[in-house]
Amino acid sequence: MSAPFAIQLDEVSLARDGRTILDRLSVGIPARGVTALIGPNGAGKSVTLRIIDGLLRPDSGSVRLAPGRRAFVFQRPALVRASAAANLALGLAALTLSRRERAERVAAALERVGLSDRANDAATRFSGGEQQRLVLARAWAMQPDLLLLDEPTASLDPAATETIESLIAEMARAGTTVLLVSHNLGQVARLAEEVVVLSAGRAAERGPTRSVLFSPRTAEARAYLTGELPWTSFAAAS
Amino acid sequence: MSQTFQETLCRLWTLDRDVLAIAWLSLRVSLMAVGIGLLLGIPLGALIAVARFPGRGAVVGLLNTFMGLPPVIVGLVLYLALSRSGPLGPFGLLFTPGAMVAAQAVLATPLVAALTRQVVADAEAHLGEQLRSLRLPALRRAGVLIYDTRFSLVTAALAAFGRAISEIGAVLVVGGNIDGHTRTMTTAISLETQKGDLSLALALGLVLMGLVLSVNAAVAVLRGHAARAYG
Repeated sequence: MSAPFAIQLDEVSLARDGRTILDRLSVGIPARGVTALIGPNGAGKSVTLRIIDGLLRPDSGSVRLAPGRRAFVFQRPALVRASAAANLALGLAALTLSRRERAERVAAALERVGLSDRANDAATRFSGGEQQRLVLARAWAMQPDLLLLDEPTASLDPAATETIESLIAEMARAGTTVLLVSHNLGQVARLAEEVVVLSAGRAAERGPTRSVLFSPRTAEARAYLTGELPWTSFAAAS
Repeated sequence: MSQTFQETLCRLWTLDRDVLAIAWLSLRVSLMAVGIGLLLGIPLGALIAVARFPGRGAVVGLLNTFMGLPPVIVGLVLYLALSRSGPLGPFGLLFTPGAMVAAQAVLATPLVAALTRQVVADAEAHLGEQLRSLRLPALRRAGVLIYDTRFSLVTAALAAFGRAISEIGAVLVVGGNIDGHTRTMTTAISLETQKGDLSLALALGLVLMGLVLSVNAAVAVLRGHAARAYG
């Protein structure tokens, strides 16, 4: 690899029930900062994340990942009927940590997302925003080298979204490579340095966020972006 | 008929020793069988729900079929195994409460396993990807999903208890319905009805119903509390 890519997909294809989902997708994700994966529904964004995490196996092509720990935050918070602290500890179960280290990380993560006073409450009773904060705190506690986010704020209000975004930005600053799937172009503009536009299972365009969002070069990217509003407020502000 | 009811009430009112002894044995045998069924069936069902292996569909089909095992067939097979010339003959379990526990456990285990598999598979649909993404091995994932579904699994325990305590074919064959030793409520009700002691049969029937209702009510209350706490 010439560039320091954290993820390199080469000619990755996947079909399900006779439908092509990824069509010889080749893309490299830089080893630092936030890269956003955008595109219309059915473009293959979530599937790409799952292939990168090893949850799905592609029919063909290769996936190369820089060594390190991965964490995945799904669109729908996946929490067990247990306390918030227990749900956080679950994320650390596969890591080699002492009991004390584990407890410290859990406490620090709860503190970071402002849920310390609810450590012993049932996580499944939390509001949607609190649940997503908890799930992101779990990823934060894992101290991952690569963080995969599948529309992490899709159903959250602006305040909850801001908290989640600040946490993502903090993790990226601390050296975690972040790959973000989002339909919220304002969020993409706020967080991502690089954008990859997926269309029909292929990378239609990639480049720095501003250039892709404001001056898309390809017809697919233009078609997607012109249908996605509102982000003109961001354009006016910047 | 009214005299039978009067005698029945009298037997219940005076807590007839026979009735109590039979009820206690039935409860003991069924609870032990359900305990074994839960210990074996819950991990088995959860593992089948979580693991992916060739022939999994056939295993699930077999498990579902075993839910409906005819008790008398289970009794017969166990009878052959436990009889003096059978492979388990040296244990001397035939016509003992131990044999009845074994028979009811054989009936309860596939029921618990099949219900657990269904409940855990539903939870897996929601949590499975996340647990696999956390790199948890299959055994650990199964454990987490069992914990997550613990309130729903109570239903499996209740179903197993209902099957065990109301079952007659298997305990009759391997227990022998020996007075004061292996006589349970169901075998006694059957026998006393044939003998014409309807008041004892009815008293036992009422105790049996009362037991099943009490266990269900207690579990429903506990489950309600837990569900309110965890959603």
